[in-house]
Amino acid sequence: MSRIEKRFAQAKAANRPALVTYVMAGDPDLATSRAIMEALPQAGSDIIEFGMPFSDPMADGVAIQLGGQRAPAGGMTPRGVLGMVEDFRRKDETTPIVLMGYYNPIYIFGVDKFLAAAKDAGVDGLIIVDLPPEEDEELCIPALKAGINFIRLTTPTTDDKRLPTVLHNTSGFVYYVSMNGITGAAIKSRGAVGEAVERIKSHTDLPVAVGFGIKTAEDAAEIGRHADGIVVGTVLVDAVGKSLVDGKASDKTVSAVRDIVASPAAGVKRARE
Amino acid sequence: MAVSGLYGGRFVAETLMPLILDLEQQYRAAKLDPAYQAELKDSAIHYTGRPSPLYFAKRLTEHLGGAKVWFKREELNHTGSHKINNCSGQILLAKRMGKTRIIAETGAGQHGVATATVCAKFDLPCTIFMGATDVERQKPNVLRMKMLGAEVRPVTAGAGTLKDAMNEALRDWVTNVDTTYYLIGTAAGPHPYPEMVRDFQSVIGTELKEQFRAAEGKLPEAIVACVGGGSNAIGTFHAFLDNPEVAIYGAEAGGHGVDVENGHAASMTGGSPGVLHGNRTYLLQDKDGQILEGHSISAGPDYPGVGPEHSFLHDTKRVTYVPITDNEALAAFQLCTRMEGIIPALESAHGLARVIKLAPTMSKDQSVVLCLSGRGDKDVESVGNYLGLL
Ligand SMILES: Cc1ncc(COP(=O)(O)O)c(C=O)c1O
Repeated sequence: MSRIEKRFAQAKAANRPALVTYVMAGDPDLATSRAIMEALPQAGSDIIEFGMPFSDPMADGVAIQLGGQRAPAGGMTPRGVLGMVEDFRRKDETTPIVLMGYYNPIYIFGVDKFLAAAKDAGVDGLIIVDLPPEEDEELCIPALKAGINFIRLTTPTTDDKRLPTVLHNTSGFVYYVSMNGITGAAIKSRGAVGEAVERIKSHTDLPVAVGFGIKTAEDAAEIGRHADGIVVGTVLVDAVGKSLVDGKASDKTVSAVRDIVASPAAGVKRARE
Repeated sequence: MAVSGLYGGRFVAETLMPLILDLEQQYRAAKLDPAYQAELKDSAIHYTGRPSPLYFAKRLTEHLGGAKVWFKREELNHTGSHKINNCSGQILLAKRMGKTRIIAETGAGQHGVATATVCAKFDLPCTIFMGATDVERQKPNVLRMKMLGAEVRPVTAGAGTLKDAMNEALRDWVTNVDTTYYLIGTAAGPHPYPEMVRDFQSVIGTELKEQFRAAEGKLPEAIVACVGGGSNAIGTFHAFLDNPEVAIYGAEAGGHGVDVENGHAASMTGGSPGVLHGNRTYLLQDKDGQILEGHSISAGPDYPGVGPEHSFLHDTKRVTYVPITDNEALAAFQLCTRMEGIIPALESAHGLARVIKLAPTMSKDQSVVLCLSGRGDKDVESVGNYLGLL
């Protein structure tokens, strides 16, 4: 069993959805980001989504855009992201790590070189926003061959006819984007999200995690009634941004993230009550 | 589906994929529909004012002392540039698809104006995304858009130029995908946009070929166009790609010079292939694949990428792409204004600067045709500033 499978199985056994937390790698600087990463599992995060900074994040709202500017300014590079995963793995063998970002930095790194380095570092999966199934030859198929999960986004515009195409090479889990929109926007109807999750589940045995727009313990509890996982991101990256003093990490930066994670972590625990 | 080999593609978020597939289908159907073609043709004649004239630039020819210099006068089109050719085609498609809202990105504002214009004509609300820096340097076009009823949204992210406007337009599109049609202004973006925009702009080269034959009984020895995202250029070039005897030149924005780091926007001369805004193409980027901000005296050509078909034509060497500096473009702008009584857009002045270098190296019985893609009314203030006239 892969780390991702194991984690979802554990959460299922505990009758709760898994909590997936997104933070930007290297935000706001290397040392602080490392401390945040290590604090996440203790704070209740089951799976870490690690954002790879990109200059033109077309699916992200302002909070993650800003995180994506702070990280490279603090010295983060694609190689640096992998280095952080490698360091984390020395201390934590079980928490799955999924890299999330855009294709160009990987393409420029070199796909095969990147996948080999990511596998070595202990990366479990990839979520690449701008690679739909139509571009599977680029990275998805090489990733699967390299033993790395390729986690696909499905959206409200992915209808029943298209869903099998999207699910075809998906592995690890399915990421359902809760709305037509960018990260950080508001979910219009939690009920509709639940229906969509059930619809996807009728097409696949993979766990279905829901992300985009999940902010509070209530969101987590309510959406977690149907979903196998819930993803929080914007609120965490925003907490990093708000904790800064003169643009630099403060003694509150790590604890700010930890505090925010606590609330969806409580939410997932009571989701099935 | 790629434009050819490596370039092109559909590198977009899943939210947009179903729409992009639908767009392709609808476009294929429209292309074959005589009613659609007839409406497009009628609008070209009676609204845009096509065909645009082919003009012999007599004084400039004498001044340069070599090949005959001709202008394909896209600046005489309604709204003052070639951008209307594309907007007229896409707006009819948006109507066919039942979309009720239009968005667009704009750099110099010419595409924004052309979009706002067709939206007024077809009674569709529109929102134009424009970098905050560009809003400042292209004020007259901002006013035109507003008067035409468009909402102009200044984008402050990044350097506040065309790349950032395009990011923001994509974000809006993802959010409002059910109602909204994204009217991309250049021959870039995910498939089928590059092909679609090329088709709509190809009228430039098709007319040019016929008009030149009527005037001179042959094909021109050389054709030249400026390259921002590459729409006027691909529209000019397309009809000549299979005529190897015609030399083709694209003028890229060389800014302060291609050796100056972050000082230019010559994606092909000074960039490398990468993936941005839905397609793989030549881009200005650093070693980590982060996209750089281009620089140019003219808003629009400072875009750090270029349409994928140009990348292909660059690799195959069918087209020669050359950088033109800000100063060369400024000099060409003034020369054209004084010698021909035509104030060109700064973008088009890049193409003219290439002609100024090229014509003297050719013989007097040869000809070079420039696509004069737009008029320079929008630029008089910024050029006046550069020249210290204000
Ligand atoms: C007059 C004119 N020419 C050229 C361009 C560059 O765009 P493209 O390369 O798509 O023709 C623009 C727009 O930015 C323009 O306004």
